Amino acid sequence: MAGIPGYRRTVPGQQPINAYSGYVSSHKRAPSQPLIDLPHTLSEITGPTFEDFPDDPKAADLISGRGGTAIGERIVVTGRVRDEDGRPVRRTLVELWQANAGGRYRHLVDQRPDVPLDPNFEGCGHTLTDAEGRYRFVTIRPGEYPWHNHHNAWRPAHIHFSVFGPAFATRLVTQMYFPGDPLLPFDPIYNSTADEEARTRLISAFDWETTIPNTALGYRFDIVLSGRDRTPMEL
Amino acid sequence: MALIPTPSQTVGPYFTIGSTRGNCDCLAAPGVAGKHIVIAGRVVDGDGAGVPDSLLETWQANSYGKYAHPEDTQDKPIEPGFRGYGRIPTDDDGKFCFSTIQPGAVPGPDGQPQAPHIAVSIFARGLMRRLVTRIYFPDEAANETDFALSRVEPQRRGTLIARKVPGQDVQFEWNVVLQGAGETVFFDC
Repeated sequence: MAGIPGYRRTVPGQQPINAYSGYVSSHKRAPSQPLIDLPHTLSEITGPTFEDFPDDPKAADLISGRGGTAIGERIVVTGRVRDEDGRPVRRTLVELWQANAGGRYRHLVDQRPDVPLDPNFEGCGHTLTDAEGRYRFVTIRPGEYPWHNHHNAWRPAHIHFSVFGPAFATRLVTQMYFPGDPLLPFDPIYNSTADEEARTRLISAFDWETTIPNTALGYRFDIVLSGRDRTPMEL
Repeated sequence: MALIPTPSQTVGPYFTIGSTRGNCDCLAAPGVAGKHIVIAGRVVDGDGAGVPDSLLETWQANSYGKYAHPEDTQDKPIEPGFRGYGRIPTDDDGKFCFSTIQPGAVPGPDGQPQAPHIAVSIFARGLMRRLVTRIYFPDEAANETDFALSRVEPQRRGTLIARKVPGQDVQFEWNVVLQGAGETVFFDC
């Protein structure tokens, strides 16, 4: 096992920092000590696999999953999960969760009687990537919503994504945003990544190819996970 | 040309909408080989307050020291009732609890065995990126020479080692201090 090929490390600025002063929730939760470098071992280059995970096409349809039809602007969200070298990440679990069209989450902590829940919208889904790393969800465009971070703070419209990839080292939870959202320049969560080119990876692209005539606009959100330090011989 | 990796973003306060279905706090089926154990603890913030909106994900080898993953090519058995992955949200008080088996030793760099450990990711509102840490076990001679523990200042190593619950053989306590006095060691992974 000597010289095991690990996964590439973060380039400074291309990932957010936890101690980001503009994000108030981080003040009591971000560690104060520097992280300790850990060369990757078998523990980090392995991780949960999804070969036997059941395929469930209904779980990728957030609009009709509860019987009726969810309220809101219908959208199709597609993309590819690849590594830094552009290689597709096949059969990995992609999960998402989001607010409804009015900007409310179906969650005990989100109690705003003036913003109703949609009985036909749960707000979560999952799917597995195909052999080319592709995934596809049908959902509604989530609403922007206020939060308590600072005076008159509003989150831009976003969809939470969770992706595993092939190893413990590749685990990623992120958020997808929409092009042209006027709230993006003011959002500390979006802006916690210093590098602009990296940050703009979080903004989906409007996509004619996946837009369904008379039905739903298409948005493309490609996800890039850490790549290998060097290629393991058996891959 | 290399692509830029997608930046991480916080899970926020509402992740249980998306993660609940995948939760798993009972990692080992009854017949799985090895010592069946329970690990319980609490995630606290810089004020010592419980963190109710955090999520732990765990990854470990089975009792033979074998990961259920194609890149673990060791000649050791994989067990059908043990995947090695756990996902445990904290409760209103920041507490968590999961049952598993005590992992066996897996190789580290240079082929030397690492001390038995569980890899842990911690997600929470307030954390833009997951925190990565490890759970080790008390009374393991291999802890003295473990390559990851050796990278940690001696006075902080204890944050990575679970404590035996007094009078109990299979119950361990392991807490996560996100910030401040007794802060848990987190790794750049």
